Amino acid sequence: MTATDLPVTAGRKLPFVQAVPEAIAQCMRDDADVFLAGEDVAVYGSVFGTTRGLLDEFGPSRVLDTPISEIAIIGLATGAAAVGLRPVVDLMFMDFIGCAMDQLMNQLAKMKYMFGGKARLPVTVMTAAGAGTNLAAQHSQSLEAMVCHIPGLKVVMPSNAYDAKGLLTASIRDDDPVIFIVNKFLLGATSDVPVEPYEVPLGLAAVVRPGTDVTVVAHGRMVGEALAAAEALASDGISLEVVDPRTLQPFDLPTVLASVAKTHRALVVQESVRYAGIGAEYAAQIAEEGFDELDAPVARLGAPFSPVPFSPVLEQAYVPDAARIAAEARVLMGT
Amino acid sequence: MPPSELAPTPAQLVDMHRRMARIRHFEEEAGKLVEGGKIPGALHLYVGEEAVAAGVMVHLDVDDQITSTHRGHGHVIAKGGDFKLMYAELFGKATGYCRGKGGSMHISDLDLGILGANGIVAGSVPIAVGAAFANRYRDTDRVTVCFFGDGASNEGAFHEAANMAALYQLPVVFVCENNLYGEFTSQPRHQRVTDIADRAVGYGMPGVIADGMDASAVFGAAGECIARARAGGGPSLLECKTYRFYDHVGVTGMRIPYRDEAEVDEWKGRDPIAALELRLVEEDVLTADAVAAVHQSVVAEIADAIAFAEASPDPDISSLTEDVYSNPIEPGGVR
Repeated sequence: MTATDLPVTAGRKLPFVQAVPEAIAQCMRDDADVFLAGEDVAVYGSVFGTTRGLLDEFGPSRVLDTPISEIAIIGLATGAAAVGLRPVVDLMFMDFIGCAMDQLMNQLAKMKYMFGGKARLPVTVMTAAGAGTNLAAQHSQSLEAMVCHIPGLKVVMPSNAYDAKGLLTASIRDDDPVIFIVNKFLLGATSDVPVEPYEVPLGLAAVVRPGTDVTVVAHGRMVGEALAAAEALASDGISLEVVDPRTLQPFDLPTVLASVAKTHRALVVQESVRYAGIGAEYAAQIAEEGFDELDAPVARLGAPFSPVPFSPVLEQAYVPDAARIAAEARVLMGT
Repeated sequence: MPPSELAPTPAQLVDMHRRMARIRHFEEEAGKLVEGGKIPGALHLYVGEEAVAAGVMVHLDVDDQITSTHRGHGHVIAKGGDFKLMYAELFGKATGYCRGKGGSMHISDLDLGILGANGIVAGSVPIAVGAAFANRYRDTDRVTVCFFGDGASNEGAFHEAANMAALYQLPVVFVCENNLYGEFTSQPRHQRVTDIADRAVGYGMPGVIADGMDASAVFGAAGECIARARAGGGPSLLECKTYRFYDHVGVTGMRIPYRDEAEVDEWKGRDPIAALELRLVEEDVLTADAVAAVHQSVVAEIADAIAFAEASPDPDISSLTEDVYSNPIEPGGVR
């Protein structure tokens, strides 16, 4: 399946926050082995609203509120998957992943390998990342690099409602553990979302804006910021090509290299802490495999090496935005 | 809870004895192999605790599941594990249960309902809850038994999993093998309670204590807990007081004194296999010759299994990165 085979939109607008439960509902209708569990996902419909309505349709045997027990939530999914179910579990804020880390990295991610390949673990772990909502250091992190570093997991982070539904559907149907990261800043973002079920294939990047001068690799909330930067620079005659990996691990390097072969410059943008972030891996891969195409060193943009601050003034300075992306692009262009 | 009145039949006594003898000889030979440098890595031997595995497992069908620990060989054997595949795995051979990728601490056989030994203390407790959830989700009468130790009872994973199992009234039995040491730290030095079964009241489930050196006592207590779970009566915590005859790791460990020889000798005087054999002969269930024949047949089977393991090929280097995913994704979304 390629991007051009994807279903055409039916012209229906849907916000990200509703695209998520629509994907879950369609997967649950399709497969009785799919169930949903997590803190406040049933009666309350999740604190983010991303599971609203599912309890009404599927009932308490398939949509379960859990205790505030992140270890047990991932263990529930791992054990249920090991004996044949297809769990979807919600970890609420991604910051809480630390509580569940053993189950995630030592059990769920490694069970198949440790068992010599015999286990099948079709688990989708939903979690919400991202700063910009004044929730401070323990409710704002984007920790995708931590999970991308663990063999056995796949990591997905959609930047819009269309991709959210398609990637979540693909994640639930996939036979491996997938960490599905929602950026909570994007929950209200609306795009064309077809009514029928569809998949956005895992491992396939999207060129969301074609351009000729600089390839900007951005994911999650940074895609919108990169598009705004591209719009701002267009009037100055600088053309950005924006590539959204969508699946953060495995990384679709071929699509990015094809873009770099055209632009000869690359800027990797992430919302999370720049140091040892996933962007460092992407930049290294681009430099290793695309060196002959590059007219300048690969540039990186990310958050400073500090926890996410509370003060709106500080937080705004913390998260990269369109202006900083545009400034970096200008530096790459030497203008 | 009062002591169980459930008693094994003569046939069940013989069955338990055979399982215990299989464990004992497997472990004695494994200990020699690791001390002799023939098996790489570390082994945690189950010698002394055989009555627990046998007394529990005699109640389980092949479709029932267990989760195990780092000291897991006994559980695997009692659940029907294959000596050849086990030894081959201990040798790290391609023919082993895990294709040489797991070793002693990760032996599993999903076809036998063995959801893995586990290298993380209490790591398998939440997984057992997940398997039990799946059993009920699919409306089966399968039961999951979760083995763990006194040390694991101090882990957060145990607490979260026990609470969740009780909350959902899942068909799981938590079997605590209290061998009085968490690694090298004695129980009075790692927790204030003497009876871990007391903790059950904090979760709203029955707590039961059994003499883990007496196969019949384990049989009775485990039988009631398993029958309750199977009938929809929810989880139980069964504490079996037992003792490991060898060190935490290997046979003789690093010879750093942490327990008295007198204590070891006293527990060895309560050898569960010797005690059961005395009863088998006294009650005319088996003759002394028949008991000896059990040992002879197991010893012969083990010799064959070790020969198979030693003659087996090492894993091919090409298999190193296999089995990480069920559905590997090539870059660019091409599967």
